[in-house]
Amino acid sequence: MSEITPDVIAAHQLTPSEYDRILSLLGREPTLTELGIFAVMWSEHCSYKSSRVHLRKLPTQGKHILQGPGENAGIIDVGDGIAIAFKIESHNHPSFIEPFQGAATGVGGILRDIFTMGARPIAVMDSIRFGKLDDPATGVRNQRILEGVVAGISHYGNCFGVPTVGGECVFEESYDGNPLVNVFALGVFRHDEIFYGKASGVGNPVIYVGAKTGRDGIHGASMASAEFTEESKQKRPNVQVGDPFMEKLLLEACLEAMKTGAIVGIQDMGAAGLTSSTCEMGSRAGTGVEIDLDHVPQREQGMTAYEMMLSESQERMLLVAERGREEEVLRVFKKWDLDAVQIGVVRADGMLRVKHHGEVVAEIPNRALADEAPRYNRPFTKPLRVAREHGPAIPKSRNWTADLKTLLASGDLCSKKWIWRQYDYQVRTNTLAGPGTDAAILRIKGTNTSVAMKLDGNGRYCALDPREGTKLLVAECCRNLSTVGAVPLATTNNLNFGNPERPEIMAQIVESIEGLAEACRFFEVPVTGGNVSLYNETLGNPIFPTPVVGIVGKLETAVPVGMAFKRAGSALVLLGGLGTCGADEFGGTQYAKVILDELWGKPPALDMDYEKRVQATIRELIREGAVESAHDFSDGGLAVAIAECAIESRKFGADVNLNSELDPALLLFHEGPSRVLVSTADAQRVLRAATRNNIQAVEIGVTLESRVIIRNRNQVLVDSRVDELSEGWNTALEHLLQTPLQV
Amino acid sequence: MKVGIVVFPGSNCDHDAWYAISENLHHEAEFIWHNSLSLGDLDAVILPGGFSYGDYLRCGAIAKFSPVMQAVRKFAADGGLVLGICNGFQVLTEAGLLPGALVRNAQLKFVCKTVGLEVATTDSPFTHAAHKGQVLRLPVAHGEGCYVADERTLDELEAEDRVALRYVENCNGSMRSIAGVLNAGRNVMGMMPHPERAADPLMGNTDGLAILRSLTAVRELANSRL
Repeated sequence: MSEITPDVIAAHQLTPSEYDRILSLLGREPTLTELGIFAVMWSEHCSYKSSRVHLRKLPTQGKHILQGPGENAGIIDVGDGIAIAFKIESHNHPSFIEPFQGAATGVGGILRDIFTMGARPIAVMDSIRFGKLDDPATGVRNQRILEGVVAGISHYGNCFGVPTVGGECVFEESYDGNPLVNVFALGVFRHDEIFYGKASGVGNPVIYVGAKTGRDGIHGASMASAEFTEESKQKRPNVQVGDPFMEKLLLEACLEAMKTGAIVGIQDMGAAGLTSSTCEMGSRAGTGVEIDLDHVPQREQGMTAYEMMLSESQERMLLVAERGREEEVLRVFKKWDLDAVQIGVVRADGMLRVKHHGEVVAEIPNRALADEAPRYNRPFTKPLRVAREHGPAIPKSRNWTADLKTLLASGDLCSKKWIWRQYDYQVRTNTLAGPGTDAAILRIKGTNTSVAMKLDGNGRYCALDPREGTKLLVAECCRNLSTVGAVPLATTNNLNFGNPERPEIMAQIVESIEGLAEACRFFEVPVTGGNVSLYNETLGNPIFPTPVVGIVGKLETAVPVGMAFKRAGSALVLLGGLGTCGADEFGGTQYAKVILDELWGKPPALDMDYEKRVQATIRELIREGAVESAHDFSDGGLAVAIAECAIESRKFGADVNLNSELDPALLLFHEGPSRVLVSTADAQRVLRAATRNNIQAVEIGVTLESRVIIRNRNQVLVDSRVDELSEGWNTALEHLLQTPLQV
Repeated sequence: MKVGIVVFPGSNCDHDAWYAISENLHHEAEFIWHNSLSLGDLDAVILPGGFSYGDYLRCGAIAKFSPVMQAVRKFAADGGLVLGICNGFQVLTEAGLLPGALVRNAQLKFVCKTVGLEVATTDSPFTHAAHKGQVLRLPVAHGEGCYVADERTLDELEAEDRVALRYVENCNGSMRSIAGVLNAGRNVMGMMPHPERAADPLMGNTDGLAILRSLTAVRELANSRL
């Protein structure tokens, strides 16, 4: 009598054809435990079965790349024998169900991915997206999700002792039932300190370390691979609970244990915990892993093999030690008061063999789980489009100063201090530039090198054109790094999309990945890994296609230039020129969103070759110390960028006189790329550098005390005191969070 | 000058303190594991920031039972200099080496920002290099930094000139804006702000050196007085 009925198979989110594949790989019926193991390893979350055929298009090679996709994190070389490990991962679904723990364990998971490679995490960034806070129907819930997510990130990162140095926070109706929480972490180590997740060496002991295994998080990976329905609330027990203190001990103990030289391979227990760590480590090394669940430290009594193998209890690691030297490793964990127990041994047969109460309860080839998951080339048509082709008439005459203030006080553009003041962004004293800057900069102590990092996404652009939108955000991310003087080196990415079984959603995924591939190749920032989060739909409503990129660059350690104007009387030079914009390219802007409440047309046009030259110019100017401030144009366009430089300075503004054919709305607020505003004592030097790099540069005005004036051909468009611009910008988020709404 | 930096499980500003003392100020600094029963030959001890024992139960409540705290108590009783920063301040109040307590911030949220602090007394080994009334800009990063004590204790602290630092902007609701206090012997100080985070010109702020230099100059000062 088989316990595996069609209902049981369906409940594990396996299709009949996937079950047939399991039968043929095993040559027999699986046990229930084996079925559970297959279900998590073949889930979308673990196997990337819908995206893998397209992810192969991404460039992954480059002179700085030490480790590309396939390991726990990517690794790049930054010189002087120093390497950087970094990765981004989503915790979207858990954060919707339980915002605080969902976000907290998202931070915990990505930190383990970094230190399992031997690197000490030195920075975290978060890209978070929510529904609108003032939406009459969903605002209250969105406010609570935001507060919970921020508190969760703060709780975990602060206690662990890693600074949260930047990120992005966006509000859009499309994330109403599907908030996005993408967490990035970066660590630093020496080339000779790199560890891999490989179970090498037949006969070597397999050791379990860290927190005890409980029943929490069972089936988290498969939950993250399905759409949300009304029943999803019942999945709350699937969300794990994090303990950052335990993770801090685990970090210190693992790094110390690695120094003994007795560790052969190590991996964290992430999604599907014991299952993924054992079979992936075995598969990478081409070995078998045999474990006995009776030795696993357990938090509860009477757990079944099924529950233990699928538990996603946090703060656990699996490592393989050199036979005969296990004591050296165990001693370190004992010093840190952590459980460390040998639970198994590396075998030659390539099998994952699990014993419980003296019986073999699972016996599956590691490769079948880790490498032979089904791959789908899912059908795709044209990308789903919700926006109109053409927009409304763009107003020719308005109070542009009032519009600018409205934009500065809008959810996406306002100051995010309310968020990042809850994050310790300075611990470990490496943060040269933290939250609220174009890109975060962290020095690497003991060297003359710093790393810069930034996260960028833009669901609106990608909703209009997933391919061009994705290229634009790679360009913007590289521009952010260049604006702080860093050379972009490598990319990690988090692809957030709806249900890939819908051909129009699959088309968004394909277009976006191809755009990502093209831009990463062009800007020479190969992809070292990332994460794919699909099924971000609630009751059939998908999110905007939202790829998020995290790009890392390097620069020489120095006091950062920053975006703030430094004094009155500096010349303002716009590198890249004023740009052009047609009405159809204005529909994705913040002006269209906030002032006109519309989305239409195409994203801004990008000339990648030109963009690259602009970036080379600003890097050169920063390196030579030729500018006093630098800030790139992005959301909100020219007027918002100038206002931000003024607000950050607290006291200096600008007197700008433009000479453009563009209508005022387009001139002030279009979001054309390839533009960086600098203030300088030597405008001629900046202009010469631009000429040398074959880009436009326009001297548009001077900095002055406490006022921002923007004219076009001597007609005043914007005129405001700096403190009036700051006021709304500073307080908007707090006001939005206090919006009284009906529950 | 030799400074010991205590490492509790969960301390996470230990390395920052070490870096400020050894790399920015070029004095000897060493870590002391929480299980140590003695401190060895030290001129000063720093209890660093972080989340000792995960801040479980209450911040600092478990750390006070740590073996090393016996040694710290003795060191302080013998007149040794003890500086508690952030979590270290919380540990010192829990251990009874300083009066009062640190409770949840008034706004109920973690706060990380740079705030103004008035040096309320220069009559201490931790503040003598500053001027009275000088405003230092120092980073704070804490969820439980609201200083509370009964009225009598607060009056006594003020009467004995034992309030070392006061917030210019009271960022956590502390009574009488107290950010740092001294013990009766003036050789133990706790402060919520982080001087070690403002000790390097690269970080854009060196106001913390006023505190750390006071500490590391103590021995030279004593020698010069001999």
